[in-house]
Amino acid sequence: MNREQLNMLKELMAVQFTVLELHLYLDTHPTDQKALMEYNSMVHQLEVLKQQYQQRYGPLTWGEPSAYPWQWINEPWPWEICYE
Amino acid sequence: MWIYEKKLQYPAKVGRANVKMAKYLITQYGGPDGELSAALRYLTQRYTMPTPQAKGILTDIGTEELAHLEIIATLVYKLMDGASVEELKQVDLGGYYADHDKAVYYVNGSGVPWTATYIMAKGDPVADLHEDMAAEEKARATYDWLIDLSDDPDLNDTLKFLREREIVHFQRFGETLQIVQEYLDTKKYF
Repeated sequence: MNREQLNMLKELMAVQFTVLELHLYLDTHPTDQKALMEYNSMVHQLEVLKQQYQQRYGPLTWGEPSAYPWQWINEPWPWEICYE
Repeated sequence: MWIYEKKLQYPAKVGRANVKMAKYLITQYGGPDGELSAALRYLTQRYTMPTPQAKGILTDIGTEELAHLEIIATLVYKLMDGASVEELKQVDLGGYYADHDKAVYYVNGSGVPWTATYIMAKGDPVADLHEDMAAEEKARATYDWLIDLSDDPDLNDTLKFLREREIVHFQRFGETLQIVQEYLDTKKYF
């Protein structure tokens, strides 16, 4: 995996982690409007990053379009990546 | 249903291969307080939870534990990468090698396979949530001991992330317990 792809992937992982953290918080604080606004804003950011990444490097998940040939099986898989 | 995302929750980093550390770390894969136990415990307890918050948090934390399971597997895979049979024998992984080669299998640090007796689903939400809070603290302590055992700063970075998640989950389960107890109290009086 080249440096550019790895950097994009790491940024996406970081934003997705923020979304997850807010998601868990909202499960037990469903009426916290400020947290909900932050959540919705981060979800939007994540959506943009995901689209950018997938257009360049293929599907990250099920149900996404693929260029020819089928891109889903492209290596490396997550456990094969050197994250340094 | 569940959908796979082709990425890790957090970068799983290993400074150098280290079969001894792999042997210790695998307990967070298939040990009593490991990530498999956590995921399966929460995902099966959720069916008998009484409030929407509790159903949500057990679904979501149970799912996050599956992501942690993948991080642990990645670390074990990388720690064993390139190890010779001789190296495995030196850290007493000859028995493991005979059964699994270098496949990642659900065992604890002493090689004992995972068992459903590590977890409980009592059907009583207060009992189950107390178990979940204890489970998070036990997993947090296990990560503390693993960090003590490791001298690899890259590995420790990933282990510290996982330890932090246990603390956050403990907090969320505590809030859930309070919500459930308040719900059960109102049911009693009206």
